[in-house]
Amino acid sequence: MTTMAHAPTHLSEAASRSKVAIWWFLASEIMLFGGLIASFVISRLGGGAQVDHSQLNVLVAAVNTFILLSSSYTMVEAFACAARGDRRGMRMFLAFTVLGGLAFLGIKAYEYTGEILHGFTPWAGTFWSFYYTMTGLHALHVAIGVIANAALCVGARLGTERPYRVEVAGLYWHFVDIVWIFLFPLVYLS
Amino acid sequence: MTMTATAPHEHHEAAGFFRTYLYSTDHKMIAKQYLLLGLIMAVVGGFLSYAMRWQLAWPDTEVPGFGFVGPETFNVLVTNHGTIMVFFVAMPILLGSFGNFLIPLMIGARDMAFPRLNALSFWLLALGSTVLCVSFFVPGGAAPAGWTGYPPLSAKAEYTGVNWGLNLWLLAHAIEFAAFLLGGVNFLTTVVTMRAPGMTMGRLPLVIWQQVAAATLFLLSVGPLIAGAVMLLMDRLVGTGFFIPERGGEPLLWQHLFWFFGHPEVYVVLLPALGAALEVYPVFSRKPVFGYRWIIWATICAGALSFIVWAHHMFVSGMDPRLAMPFSITTILISVPFALTVFAMVASLYRGSISFELPMLWGLGFLAMFTTGGLTGIFLGSAPADIYLNSTYFVVAHFHYTLISAVIFGGYAGIYYWFPKMFGRMLGTRLGQLHFWSTLVFFNLTFFPLHWIGIAGMVRRIANPLQYEMVAPHQWINVFSTLSLLGLVASQLVFFLNFFLSQFRGRPAPANPWNATTLEWTAPSPPPHGNWGASMPAVERWPYEYSAPGADRDWVGQRAPTVEALLRGEGRA
Repeated sequence: MTTMAHAPTHLSEAASRSKVAIWWFLASEIMLFGGLIASFVISRLGGGAQVDHSQLNVLVAAVNTFILLSSSYTMVEAFACAARGDRRGMRMFLAFTVLGGLAFLGIKAYEYTGEILHGFTPWAGTFWSFYYTMTGLHALHVAIGVIANAALCVGARLGTERPYRVEVAGLYWHFVDIVWIFLFPLVYLS
Repeated sequence: MTMTATAPHEHHEAAGFFRTYLYSTDHKMIAKQYLLLGLIMAVVGGFLSYAMRWQLAWPDTEVPGFGFVGPETFNVLVTNHGTIMVFFVAMPILLGSFGNFLIPLMIGARDMAFPRLNALSFWLLALGSTVLCVSFFVPGGAAPAGWTGYPPLSAKAEYTGVNWGLNLWLLAHAIEFAAFLLGGVNFLTTVVTMRAPGMTMGRLPLVIWQQVAAATLFLLSVGPLIAGAVMLLMDRLVGTGFFIPERGGEPLLWQHLFWFFGHPEVYVVLLPALGAALEVYPVFSRKPVFGYRWIIWATICAGALSFIVWAHHMFVSGMDPRLAMPFSITTILISVPFALTVFAMVASLYRGSISFELPMLWGLGFLAMFTTGGLTGIFLGSAPADIYLNSTYFVVAHFHYTLISAVIFGGYAGIYYWFPKMFGRMLGTRLGQLHFWSTLVFFNLTFFPLHWIGIAGMVRRIANPLQYEMVAPHQWINVFSTLSLLGLVASQLVFFLNFFLSQFRGRPAPANPWNATTLEWTAPSPPPHGNWGASMPAVERWPYEYSAPGADRDWVGQRAPTVEALLRGEGRA
């Protein structure tokens, strides 16, 4: 056996493997957040977890939503640059994406601090239990995405040599965005 | 994403002990690691069942080799026996080991799509098993809240007196789920992207279809339980109130999340065993599988239906009684695709040239025992009967007939069938015969009487049946079942003896000892790293070409042997 045993012979093979894998992974993630969100919705319908609007700051959360959605746009641009082989452009847009993620986490931390200081802790009632668990699990996913995107930004060669890596990180990032698009109206607006 | 291995493998013979046995990325070594881990945990889980049954037969007497049991320890035994057998025995052997070994070899690939991720999955599972074993030795002891971990019992340490044991039990689950999530992604990606030329989905061996279905079911069902586990852990550690009524929580929510996963999970365990049996039947009846496409569609239908049957575990839980009827209907509906599969299995055997070799004996045992377990499922699936039978030993007998038929009978069918390919030697026949017949007899003697004592009213999870007036007259059943269990355990010792003796003394296995058609039998036994030499197999036909009219022998492999293989004398039995 003189050839490399399972090294992908073509970039496209490795790309399709990674994409198939991330889609299956995201399918299981949909079920994870789906289970949590469905529990919240059912609890609300049953009267258990009534939304406490007195403490939630819709304006801050709306700004945060805007930031996170914009970071999805910069992620798309980063992939477009990677596919063209434009390393500088990819780096710049990935840096914007990372900044967007960090800003989101910072604002979320600001919100948490205010709520906790007013006594609305995770054990202050069923709604707050759900609120912290759902947004906390989401924030954890954002943090993981920030780390992945930062790694691609620092080791930019990883991305331009194999653009599918940026695409895979992007698919994950968009997923994290979409989860927030469900959480924002469910928690803040309804 | 740097998960694909890029190292050249021409030097693999020189790899040291560490790289060969511990940090191996070869799917076959990882399969053996899963198998060994599963067997070790089976010994642990079996030991717990021995202590548990001894307590039931002779309550509050010293258990030889274990010590005094009593009610608190009994709860620990019940909980961890279930957890270990389902998550740390059945899944590692049937999915971890069989899936890893068979998928690349049967689809014609050199390894899994992500070999290093594969090694990570295994070592995560090993870590999870260790955490679970460690939980027995922390202050307060191991988890006592049942393998289903129902709150509020499991939600507050004060209710059970166990704090860290239960936290570690939850942690072990989390690690196990992560391991099989990564493993499942790997399985599915491999099957989707790495099939050999000509290996269309319509030519995929049925066991691979079943592995794909099992991995899909696991990926899509475990999410809500992970969410539930996070919530339960938050209740225990942070003080939230998801499942605790006094804090405004809802204990039933956990049951919904648990069984939304729990029911697909039993098919995660069943399907790979079903697949192993489906590979064994055509080989030892020299006849194509009957209804290949029907079996695939039946599996898909059963998999889809398994997501809408979960509340049949909850008929007496206090959920809205209006839900009982729809869930009874879906539950009874799900027996249709499984009945179809069982009929297809019987039709596959019908008028074949059956030879009762060891894998076939286990395969037939699977069919008989699984059908028995499936029939009692019809009683339990219908709400009116279930309200009487729920939480009795009738249920215990039912799920041991279904799960043991899958894990023990289906699992051994696979182990006896693929052992020559895995280890390059044949398993001893005499010890194998002894193992099969004694297991069959003692299994039925252990579990069949439990149907009766269940109907008589003995409920699960009681430590001392003699305290209940209506159960005490039937105590002979408990004694009889425990004595039979000792025989069942002893029969497994025969297997372990055979397994290790055959590693060294077994007859060396040819490449294709059973005259089988699927691709794994075209590789040497055991296959080298990379599975095939320079030439990869290309597939020309479906996997069950037995006794085809006009052929010069009674089987035609999925690929015609290559010239090189013919020159080396491989590929022909």
